[in-house]
Amino acid sequence: MEEELRALLRDLDALKQRPDPAAIDRMRERVAGMVTPVAVAAGAAARSKIKDMSAEVVDSNPYSRLMALQRMGIVDNYERIRDYSVAIVGIGGVGSVAAEMLTRCGIGRLLLYDYDTVGMTKTDAAVQTLSGINPDVALESYSLNITTVKGFETFLGSLKARSSDGHNTGVDLVLSCVDNYEARMVVNQACNELGQTWMESGVSEDAVSGHIQLLVPGETACFACAPPLVVASGVDERTLKREGVCAASLPTTMGVVAGLLVQNALKYLLKFGQVSPYLGYNSLKDYFPTMEMKPNPQCSNPACVQRQKEYMQLKPARDAAAKAKMEAEASAADECPVHLDNDWNIRQVIPHDCIVVDDSDTATPSILSTGTDSLPEGLVRELPNADSYQEPVAPVTSGAIDDDDLEELQRQLDALNSS
Amino acid sequence: MEGWDKGTKSVVGEIPLLSTRAGPRDGEAWRQRLKEEYRALIAYTSVNKSKDNDWFRISAANPEGTRWEGSCWYVHNLRRYEFPLQFDIPVAYPQVAPEIELPTLDGKTHKMYRGGKICLTVHFKPLWAKNCPRFGIAHALCLGLAPWLAAEVPILVDSGMVKHKDDEAAPADAAAASGSAAAS
Repeated sequence: MEEELRALLRDLDALKQRPDPAAIDRMRERVAGMVTPVAVAAGAAARSKIKDMSAEVVDSNPYSRLMALQRMGIVDNYERIRDYSVAIVGIGGVGSVAAEMLTRCGIGRLLLYDYDTVGMTKTDAAVQTLSGINPDVALESYSLNITTVKGFETFLGSLKARSSDGHNTGVDLVLSCVDNYEARMVVNQACNELGQTWMESGVSEDAVSGHIQLLVPGETACFACAPPLVVASGVDERTLKREGVCAASLPTTMGVVAGLLVQNALKYLLKFGQVSPYLGYNSLKDYFPTMEMKPNPQCSNPACVQRQKEYMQLKPARDAAAKAKMEAEASAADECPVHLDNDWNIRQVIPHDCIVVDDSDTATPSILSTGTDSLPEGLVRELPNADSYQEPVAPVTSGAIDDDDLEELQRQLDALNSS
Repeated sequence: MEGWDKGTKSVVGEIPLLSTRAGPRDGEAWRQRLKEEYRALIAYTSVNKSKDNDWFRISAANPEGTRWEGSCWYVHNLRRYEFPLQFDIPVAYPQVAPEIELPTLDGKTHKMYRGGKICLTVHFKPLWAKNCPRFGIAHALCLGLAPWLAAEVPILVDSGMVKHKDDEAAPADAAAASGSAAAS
């Protein structure tokens, strides 16, 4: 190989002196010949595809530890992960790590989006690496800028499209791993339009804190529901950002946030544990705040407001289902005492019927029925519910101006431009 | 607008504000917004010309008005430095500002993102967000690109990263050219 490369170098030098297309063709063939054996060797080293996930503990089974989650009683059916499609937008510090984690988990299909390059496109580079890690995952590479109109249309189309094997349509979850406000607003727009659940992630500019957030269009706050801090508080951005310093980055923080993100995604997809609506990470104090955010009825994103309406319309059905579930659980709990022995003779001092209950129906404590708009007795709302928000209509100064033709305006600007 | 010089402030005051909150995916409302964009650009260009401060050319490069191309120039030490200028109207416009690109300066300054997008994060983007949907393309040029050029071009020229086109064409004649070069 070494000798062959040296010969190539000599030929290249010769070519520099005297251009010769035929020599270039010959050289190309030689290089192609050198490339093929390497690819074949790599292919032989990688394992072949595995049809079914097995819990059998043998060297040849990479999934035994994952399938053990079922025996441990954590996940009901781990193998369902193969039916799921996840889109990752932004294949950088967080996105590439998240993609690797999902690949190792054996996710069914990954769609990767990025417009940047690292010698080759970032998405192609990721596909190359990931297919070597786990050939069972179907990988799709989309090298495009989702913030442009054209890129956005491709993005939307791919989120709805059927997978190449025809097994699934659309995606089950979108993970946003982008590094700027503009791209987040675009992911938000796409997911609001599609009613697509997604998770947002971010690492602070000083690289020592981060967050993940679950966004269910109509149900939770969308990314546009709350204005950016500089707008909401009127604070000067210069007090938030250090002048003339580019954003810091720390592989550990990126990795932690990617881990939190994918963990939340797995809980959401495989239905175990509690899916966090928001989880912050402050690495300096190892503080992990969580909170919930309701959608803003006055959100500036029309698609978000539309999804909110739809969510409200389904409220009676949801309430009924929740009530039925709670009753089923309550009756199951009532059937048998938790402990049969009572060595210490512990008994309830306050009679059971003194606990405040909803007098309307079963023994459901009223505090639990906050799902409805009705307030417990004694509580009143201080402020009335907001009316639906209407953006003030722009005053149309005069009909004449507004009747201006777009082409006429274009001509006026062109005239100015050429004068 | 605190922290801005009087000249910029007074010019911004002469650019008509926009009122339609619509982006490229909003159909007829976007056409309405485009009309407002044109009116603002026409007014701004006229003001610049009347003040002998003409410094850019921009026009829509597609019928939908989502792609804009042109050029801008800056005069430093009585010599004019001109750069191609381009940007896309983002899908989430006007909630997010257009990302203005000077492709020929890509890689020459770190005050820029990949692809020649000038960095407007600190000074311009918050101003844009606070004034949504009243600011348009003309405001982005006036409050985003103009200050960027004023801050960066002198540094780029003085450090030799950017050369005047006369010097690049014939380095041997540089001395002669610089003697006669004037703001055009």
